[in-house]
Amino acid sequence: MVLLPCPHCGPRDAAEFGYVGERAARPDPGAATPQQWRGYLYLRRNPAGWADELWLHRAGCGRYLAMSRHTVTGDIRAVRDAATGGAD
Amino acid sequence: MRLDGQPGEVIHRGTPLTFTWNGRPYPAFAGDTIGSALAAAGERVFSRSLKYHRPRGLLTADGNDPGCLVQVDGEPNVRGAHRRVSAGMAVTAQGVWPSLRFDLKALNRLAGPALSTGFYYKTFIRPRRLWPYYERVLRRFSPGGRVPSPSSPAGRYEHRYAHPDVLVAGGGPAGMAAALAAAEAGARVMLVDDQPALGGHLRWGGPDGLAALAQLRAAVAAAGGIEVLTDSVVTGQYEGGLVAVVQHGLPGLTERLVKARPRQLVAAAGLIERPYVIAGNDLPGVMLSTAVRRLINLYAVRPGARAVVFTANDDGTAAAADLARAGVDVRRVVDARDGGDIVRVRGRGGVRAVECGDGSVVRCDLLVTAVGWTAPTGLLTMTGGRAAYRAGAARFVPTELPDGVLATGGLVGDGTLAELIGHGRAVGQAAARRAGRTAPASPVPDLVPAPHPELFAGRTNGFVDFTEDVSTKDLAAAVAEGYDSIELVKRYTTATMGPTQGKLEAVNTIAVVAAATGRGIPETGTTTARPPYAPVSLGALAGRNYQPVRRSPMHDWHVAHGATPLVAGAWIRPDHYGDPAGEVRAVRQGVGIIDVTPLGKFELRGPHIPDLLELLYVNRWRKLAVGAVRYGVMCTEDGVVFDDGVTGRLGEHRYLLTATSSGAEAVGEWLERWLQTERAHWRVHVVPMTDAYASINVAGPRSRELVRRLTTGIDLSPEAFPYMRVRLGEVAGVPDCVVWRIGFTGELSYELHVPAGNGLRVWEALLATGVDLGVRPFGVEAQRILRLEKGHLVVGQDTDGLTQAYSAGLDWAIKMDKDDFVGKPELAWQRVRDGQVVLVGLQPADPELVPPESSQLVEGDRRIVGRITSSRFSPTLDRSIALGFVAPDLAEPGTVVTMLLPDGRRLPARVMPQLAHVDPEGKRLHG
Ligand SMILES: [Zn+2]
Repeated sequence: MVLLPCPHCGPRDAAEFGYVGERAARPDPGAATPQQWRGYLYLRRNPAGWADELWLHRAGCGRYLAMSRHTVTGDIRAVRDAATGGAD
Repeated sequence: MRLDGQPGEVIHRGTPLTFTWNGRPYPAFAGDTIGSALAAAGERVFSRSLKYHRPRGLLTADGNDPGCLVQVDGEPNVRGAHRRVSAGMAVTAQGVWPSLRFDLKALNRLAGPALSTGFYYKTFIRPRRLWPYYERVLRRFSPGGRVPSPSSPAGRYEHRYAHPDVLVAGGGPAGMAAALAAAEAGARVMLVDDQPALGGHLRWGGPDGLAALAQLRAAVAAAGGIEVLTDSVVTGQYEGGLVAVVQHGLPGLTERLVKARPRQLVAAAGLIERPYVIAGNDLPGVMLSTAVRRLINLYAVRPGARAVVFTANDDGTAAAADLARAGVDVRRVVDARDGGDIVRVRGRGGVRAVECGDGSVVRCDLLVTAVGWTAPTGLLTMTGGRAAYRAGAARFVPTELPDGVLATGGLVGDGTLAELIGHGRAVGQAAARRAGRTAPASPVPDLVPAPHPELFAGRTNGFVDFTEDVSTKDLAAAVAEGYDSIELVKRYTTATMGPTQGKLEAVNTIAVVAAATGRGIPETGTTTARPPYAPVSLGALAGRNYQPVRRSPMHDWHVAHGATPLVAGAWIRPDHYGDPAGEVRAVRQGVGIIDVTPLGKFELRGPHIPDLLELLYVNRWRKLAVGAVRYGVMCTEDGVVFDDGVTGRLGEHRYLLTATSSGAEAVGEWLERWLQTERAHWRVHVVPMTDAYASINVAGPRSRELVRRLTTGIDLSPEAFPYMRVRLGEVAGVPDCVVWRIGFTGELSYELHVPAGNGLRVWEALLATGVDLGVRPFGVEAQRILRLEKGHLVVGQDTDGLTQAYSAGLDWAIKMDKDDFVGKPELAWQRVRDGQVVLVGLQPADPELVPPESSQLVEGDRRIVGRITSSRFSPTLDRSIALGFVAPDLAEPGTVVTMLLPDGRRLPARVMPQLAHVDPEGKRLHG
């Protein structure tokens, strides 16, 4: 299996992880127009290249991870615990 | 015939055993292959060929042998020259009918034209309506074994993942040297070989080879960090560097698929000897030089009595020496290097004589050929490497290697043993360096393919592909019909497409096509190799199913008391105990208990719990007092109902949240997702407790009496413990229980969450203590009826992936005056949107009719106006009841809607004033 890097557990089998989706910023629910809100719900960049993704280390530490992953090569250039913040 | 002890023999003469071949017992020694044991017993015919059902025997005496696919104990397509025999093994020939000796299908040979070149395409195309018939005919005449029947004992298969630094494919001298050098540099090495022991050609190559092999094996065993996988074959390299290895010969395991992702792959697959294409070259008794050397040196089997050897290299000469030593009368050695040739093999059912190029005919029962080598470059070319033809060496050699792959040994070139080992060491060091280890950067010495005459096909028509029964004539016919590209010839004739994947036949195919087209071999090119490189069983691909099954602590009790099991996600639950209607009546009239352990349970701790609940539920939570319980509904950001359940406040900063059984895992991840991503500053700890508590719902008008007899420290009076409250206390002597007063069934009921280890104790105590109250267990089916009578929706049953909360009759729970909650904007828009379907209670006019769930509600012939989501016969009302979605204009109580049943009937049902069919006022709940 492909190994994915977990900042808590180290490199682990990709089968332990769940892909949540491309990360999307939540609009202000009090001010968002239907268009903005549905963009948040449904529209993703889906690039053939670097993507900002959210993964869950389901069979490991149970933490959500923010990953910068190349969708063509599978390379991962950055990963952090989603709770730690970072340059988004 | 079995020879005296050979220095390198792998049979264990001290362990004789018996197996059966086509029902008759045969002797063997441990270490024998099926093929060597049968050959030792004098058997020569092992199978019948695909199209013409010609008798076939041992050709290569290794895993690639095309004539030796057999059926073993019900397992089809076993490579008989590779699989070791075991005591009692039942081996049968496959593709023969009625028997190997008298094969009716051999009459195919007389049917000539029907089986001409491209017959798959020409004969079985038209008319189309006959395809099912053609398929049956083809299948009957195909050489595959019989598919195991569902009742035959299943093999055991499993998967394993591996992440070595370096994977060496091939355990000959170069591969072993590469593994050793890489391991010395600190690399973790996986060394894979398809034979039961390391060594490659050294195993059968004479005393010098055996001495060197002993040293190499000792070094591998002594080196740390080399994992040796024998009886294992690399079947392919896939995207992302995945290398698939199929491992055999493990105790208790049929096959294991190792999915390895090495940082570096070293291909050291050695060389494969090629057959010579002349008339009669498929007769039993025609063998390659490597085949007879394996038979003599590994298995001490004399492969024949009188032999002719046709050789173009030193290995043929060595084979002749081995034959002589084994007592075979070598009648003639024909050396191609001196201009010798052979023209035809004569015989029926076996070799009788060989016709030589000089016109002489030599009587013999064995023809041994040594006409050249094929480098198995398939593994390299399937991932982007390239191979080119070297005419001077009469073989293809790798010219470009894919990223992450190195090659050594015979695959690259020829040399002395020392040269092979030297090349292997340097490549092993390079692999270790590329894998990030420190190794000396010694230059990789040259390893050049030795000169060899180009010798592929003789003057007569012979078999090029033994597994697919493709001859020189077939290939020439394909070329004459215009299929002049090698890829087209391959598909048209099916040459190289058999179980050996072209390893044996590919180069001869190319050479014959090149000759027929008048082009050279380089211009003709190679066919594209695709995985798998070697056969893989479907069992190994599937592996073992590790899906866990979850059982409550009371599971065995349910089984012992006749419960009908219900598979609900990963859980096995009691559906009923034989009489669901009786179970319903017991709950309505007396008291019943149900095992609801799969209910999702999460203990929450921390100061920000109200914030979390306010965000994730549509309801309000801030004023929930300690000891109080509230029903909550969760939506996703699109306003669709996601889960529901009750949450109780156990302490100042301690809550117990419940979720649906099926949604428990998703809810756990949902809670964590919001806490980890959007609200990381909130201090809430979520502990999954689903398995930690056994959960029992005690329901019915007499439930209070029953629970009171068993609880200590909890005042159960209606005033002290009203509806929607939660208490902590002791039940049946078990401390730390959570007791809820809630009512999914619509009855007065208490739900007991008991530390799991004591679940059965409390369950049995309830039944024993409540005998006089008429207590009985009820299952999931009774609970479904009870909740439907009460009109309580089930998320996922009465809602679907599009049901927003206002459609599910949950208006009362949605608090739009909260600043924010998940899904709020969508629900705000839904509230003001017209035309939203509504969940309503429905009763068919015919009280006996239970409309199947998912029946449509229709208006006329064109309009679907709704759908039945739940339906049951209510024992309490003695009539059918339902829940369903209807268009808003039909939601008015008393409206009659039309149900369209699957059988086409259209029958009326009435919309009820509320979802609850029984006790809409809730008197029973609050009693
Ligand atoms: Zn982790």
